[in-house]
Amino acid sequence: MRVTATVNGRVHSAEGVRPTESLLDLLREHLHLPGAKNACEQGECGSCTVYLDGETVCACLVAAGQAEGREVVTVEGIGGGRSSSLQEAFLTCGAVQCGFCTPGLLVSAHALLARCPQPDDRQIREALSGNLCRCTGYEKIIEAVRMVAEGGSR
Amino acid sequence: MTSGSMGSSPRRPDGWAKVTGTFAFSSDLSMPGMLWGATVRSPHPRARIVGIDVSGALALEGVRAALTHLDVPGAPCYGLELRDQPVLAATEVRYEGEPVAVVAADDPDLARRAAEAVLVTYAPLTPIVDAEAAARGEGEAVHAGRPNLLRHVPVRRGDPNVEAPVVVTGEYEVGMQDQAFLGPESGVAYPADDGGVDLHVATQWLHVDRDQIASCLGLEPERVRLTLAGVGGAFGGREDISMQIHACLLALRTGRPVKMVYRREESFRGHVHRHPARLWYEHGATRDGRLVYVRARIVLDGGAYASSSMAVAANAATLGVGPYRVPNVRMDSYVVYTNNPPCGAMRGFGAVQACFGYESQMDRLAHACGLDPVELRRRNAMTTGDLMPTGQVVEGPAPVAELLRMVAERPAAPRTTAFGASGGHTTRGEGVVRGVGYGVGIKNVCFSEGFDDFSTARVRLELRDGRPVVTVHTAAAEVGQGLVTVQGQIARSELGVPDVVVAPADTAVGSAGSSSASRQTYVTGGAVQAACQAVRRQVEATTGEPYDPTALPRLLARTGAVEETVRWHHRPTKGLDPQTGQGDAHVQFAFAAHRATVEVDVELGTVRVVEIVTAQDVGRAVHPQAILGQIHGGTVQGLGLALMEEIQVTDGGIRNPSFTDYLIPTIMDVPQMRVELLELADPHSPYGLRGVGEPPAISSAPAVVAAVRAATGVELSRVPIRPHDVVWGAGR
Ligand code: FES
Ligand code: FES
Repeated sequence: MRVTATVNGRVHSAEGVRPTESLLDLLREHLHLPGAKNACEQGECGSCTVYLDGETVCACLVAAGQAEGREVVTVEGIGGGRSSSLQEAFLTCGAVQCGFCTPGLLVSAHALLARCPQPDDRQIREALSGNLCRCTGYEKIIEAVRMVAEGGSR
Repeated sequence: MTSGSMGSSPRRPDGWAKVTGTFAFSSDLSMPGMLWGATVRSPHPRARIVGIDVSGALALEGVRAALTHLDVPGAPCYGLELRDQPVLAATEVRYEGEPVAVVAADDPDLARRAAEAVLVTYAPLTPIVDAEAAARGEGEAVHAGRPNLLRHVPVRRGDPNVEAPVVVTGEYEVGMQDQAFLGPESGVAYPADDGGVDLHVATQWLHVDRDQIASCLGLEPERVRLTLAGVGGAFGGREDISMQIHACLLALRTGRPVKMVYRREESFRGHVHRHPARLWYEHGATRDGRLVYVRARIVLDGGAYASSSMAVAANAATLGVGPYRVPNVRMDSYVVYTNNPPCGAMRGFGAVQACFGYESQMDRLAHACGLDPVELRRRNAMTTGDLMPTGQVVEGPAPVAELLRMVAERPAAPRTTAFGASGGHTTRGEGVVRGVGYGVGIKNVCFSEGFDDFSTARVRLELRDGRPVVTVHTAAAEVGQGLVTVQGQIARSELGVPDVVVAPADTAVGSAGSSSASRQTYVTGGAVQAACQAVRRQVEATTGEPYDPTALPRLLARTGAVEETVRWHHRPTKGLDPQTGQGDAHVQFAFAAHRATVEVDVELGTVRVVEIVTAQDVGRAVHPQAILGQIHGGTVQGLGLALMEEIQVTDGGIRNPSFTDYLIPTIMDVPQMRVELLELADPHSPYGLRGVGEPPAISSAPAVVAAVRAATGVELSRVPIRPHDVVWGAGR
């Protein structure tokens, strides 16, 4: 089948999408946007987190066809403004080790800061509780989000 | 000082790619005309293979190959220590999930359907799953003609019959933990014009993969070229072969690039785990708590294939009394074959299992002697010049008492934590009790027992557009730990040149050894240092002038590009005496201590870790921020082992191969973490540094369990702790 969606601000069309494929497959295999990751493909790790019409979703749980006519934003599309400072903060704080969790965490943290510009630690933890990271123990990830939140209040 | 040199915390050179989604992990690769591979796996933990029929798969449109053991052109088996693991099972399967056939097809769905269409007829056999029976030499052989006992490591020191006034005994159990790296096993293989093959893959050790692939393909190693693709975490789980040989076989057979990516369930079955263990300990001490003897027996379940089991057993044996002075030791460590999932390397590598045993014992002993657990440990803490049970002298700093003091003297964890008191609990108040526990551990750094352990670095210094630029090329696997950053820091420090490029890791340069055993900063760091120094010497020899970074434009204009390749070894180690376990088997020891504070809901059996304090001696902090990252991450993996992580195996079968059922700590499970570093230089290592990656993963689990015991009074002798262990124990 054919799926047309706006991805990171541009209209993309993919031919030959199989009905079994997910939005994650659509992005990674058909649109060559491998930023969203595939750690579990069953909704448990958050590594595939993207925006779908402004809401964060696990792309592995959304059928590719459901993205038809809708707007998708991935880690490749969140740059600019406060999200650049989020990306900078992840690097400054050492919140990135292997980086496999990073794209999903960045999208989740981006969504948190959009709805709650100055989250406390508890809100940060709750917002990121669906994103697994095996390398960092999360400490530096919390620090990075906190850094952007505090920077925003200056 | 050149900015970004040693002791500072420069950003990762791969960082920007990682935060923008452009960093290419092994599962992100693609090539024109690429096929997708899939693996047919045994549903039985033990069965005879009666027949394999691939015709159903080949009949599907778009399926390009379906291969069995008959299609393996070279050696039928591979393995890190023993070549006992078939590329594809021929006559018998020995664990659930063992590969029997592989297929390649035009798309991944089709490849999976083709795998399902391969018809394998099995005659199931009763699986051999009792590791203790195997250690006693009982039962049928897992590998016909070979004993199930893979290795017995005895360690004998002092008087075997000595007695002591205070004796505590204990029996402990450690469940099977999984590395659970997030990036699935994956890579792309493509055929080369010379009849060889190229493979881009996520691994921990390119050259040992290459040698095993070449042997099984029947190719000279030079015709098998590996390049490291982006690695999504490793923790030991990528030291063994997974899809490497299969992808190469399929690529050579089809003449096209072949990509393989494991799904999570396949990943749980497709890599080795941490050895589950049973441990029996008897500690004898004087009334004032000084250790007189330790007697111990450790049985590690290696599962169906050897992997690195023999080295794991040696670590458990040689490190099995912990960082303590013990004059009399009788230790027996066994590792066996069973039809359980194969076990091998995982962060901590044998030291983790033993630490849970000996630290639980130290708490029991403290109780028996009426001593505070920290004081009991302090009285027995080893220090420089003490002997290991193997007779090896502990050289260099061994600040065990100091590390304990550092964690013990931290102010108590605050009553109300930043993220509230309700996390993990549905009740508050009377049912919730708090406890504090301690753990301290010891780990060997680098490969041991006389292994020829080295790394190779090629360093090139040249002018580009009139500016000096350094290129560092090694085969060392960046797995997330930050080795690429450290290589750049060392080159900047040694050569005084700010522009350093770390070339992609591949087999075009000599082996770097494995990214395991906390060894890469030590060994590849040592190789990069040595190669940089060789470059300096060459600049000086050619120009007749002293090396001066500020004069490089002029000096290099005379020398042209200067390049040196150095193979660097750490000090040699020796084997263990097979009867007594005596020998200088290890090159360096590393130590960390933890203090955990927990809150336990005794009605629900739930545990919330409130705070963990870690103190670790790192010798020299090359990249302080990355060290914190290792300590945080390792500590949390230990927390996971204490409270939630276990591959549940019944009759050889894995019951929970998903992140739904195999739980790893989330951001809600991790506490505040405080870290204290010591930098006591090791006189023998490059820059005095000490391996960092594993120690924090060793003693955090015992500290958490000790804290739960302190809170509840329940004797917990098994990790992970299950809620019913707490509830039933508390009810007794
Ligand atoms: S890949 Fe989608 S949640 Fe794990
Ligand atoms: S950095 Fe590796 S999983 Fe988070």
